[in-house]
Amino acid sequence: MGLKTALYGTHVASGAKMIDFGGWDMPLSYGSQLEEHRAVRRDSGMFDVSHMGVVDLTGPRVRELLSRLLANDVAKLKVPGTALYSCMLEPSGGTLDDLITYFVTEHWFRLVVNAGTRRKDLDWIEAHAAPLGVLVRERTDLAIVAVQGPLAREKTASLLTAAHRETALGIARFSAAAIDSWFLARTGYTGEDGFEIMLPAAEAPGVWHSLAARDVAAAGLGARDTLRLEAGMNLYGSDMDESRHPLESGLDWTVAFEPAERDFIGRSALLRARAEGCDELVGLVLEERGMLRSHQPVSAAPTEPGAGASAASPGIVIGEITSGSFSPTLSRAIALARVRRHAPTRVLVDIRGKQHAARVVKPPFVRNGKALIEL
Amino acid sequence: MSENVPDDLHYTRTHEWIRDLANGQVEIGITDHAQDALGDLVFVEVPQVGRELKAGEACAVVESVKAASDVYSPVSGRVVARNDALTQQPELLNSDPYGAGWLMRVARGDAPAGSALLKAAEYLQYIKEPA
Repeated sequence: MGLKTALYGTHVASGAKMIDFGGWDMPLSYGSQLEEHRAVRRDSGMFDVSHMGVVDLTGPRVRELLSRLLANDVAKLKVPGTALYSCMLEPSGGTLDDLITYFVTEHWFRLVVNAGTRRKDLDWIEAHAAPLGVLVRERTDLAIVAVQGPLAREKTASLLTAAHRETALGIARFSAAAIDSWFLARTGYTGEDGFEIMLPAAEAPGVWHSLAARDVAAAGLGARDTLRLEAGMNLYGSDMDESRHPLESGLDWTVAFEPAERDFIGRSALLRARAEGCDELVGLVLEERGMLRSHQPVSAAPTEPGAGASAASPGIVIGEITSGSFSPTLSRAIALARVRRHAPTRVLVDIRGKQHAARVVKPPFVRNGKALIEL
Repeated sequence: MSENVPDDLHYTRTHEWIRDLANGQVEIGITDHAQDALGDLVFVEVPQVGRELKAGEACAVVESVKAASDVYSPVSGRVVARNDALTQQPELLNSDPYGAGWLMRVARGDAPAGSALLKAAEYLQYIKEPA
């Protein structure tokens, strides 16, 4: 028996296939995960992501704490309501978690952390917060409903009063606002526009049913995974973990080395890795029929005559897939793979002992309903 | 849980069904229970026509978004037809596992029907048993 969110009964009543995810009983799908995926790309879908941890940090020195804990620079958050995506690192540079930080007030920041890492994260954060007098409070009283898709914002706002509706629709991308009992963030994990609603757990079933009445499709973790993969977003535990740092996880853009005097945890390890060179995370599109799965080995394909010199010889394994699945939007197998830097653009993936041709691409594969990869 | 188990078919413990076409051939597919457990099918690989199969041999692969699964031939014999529609529409396995989602037809060899095949009632009982 796993942990249950406030929406557990709602999922079971609607016939969802439930699975264990990070110790939680969560919906995998409510029928067809491909249909749930398409609903999000074309219209709107809703996900119960209450298993994720909401952690409030309060106190006069909270910025100082986050400046040390996060590889991205919390100083980028200048206006209340804005949000920042960042990794939290060990001194070795290994990734403890990836998380979103919301600037609520100067003395109150909110983190949303992964379900599987929340205990470890809380211990780590508390150890660094205590000396600075920062209070760490896990908000187990809150549920999170992610409403995603081109019509998601309109449909969510329609649950609110006219005045609040205007506020909701005025929230900028990657920002949030407090609206009555809701903390409404224009963030997500699908590559579509939409909201993540943090709200009192007791209100979650009512909101879920109201959204369902507006034809927002209930979507499970299965669709969430194919959506985030198409969007080129990493999954903690698959595409990165404590043994991998952000520079080899496609997250260079989230590491703020400037200003040089900001001594975040992991900084010196990352500077070393940057100087020495490291693997990189790339996208793969399978050129043939078949499926890509995590841990399939990737090797260099024979180069065409006249092609430029490549870092790897044909047949040499240069890395492996970290996340692979079927892209419903592209109708092709796609993947994220960690490979040697300067990999050739044509590679071979070992699928059950047979070599299949794949092309190296730069994620995302899909954004806002549109394919970004030419087939 | 899905429990659509037609009476006129035979079944295996690896969740294939066998339809006797009464002309020395059998039609083979995967059960409704199997497709439900796999979830949305996105890739199907069926054997070439003419291939000789041995009973129990892994002869086809069905892949859902979640997992890949081998299909084992319930009988020995030669493949005489395969369902090419599944290349473009693997979802037929989900929507109609005993009809449009058939995988292949096999001309049976001399070997008698494997006694390991289950009748509908036996298969139904088998899938109801806790794993």
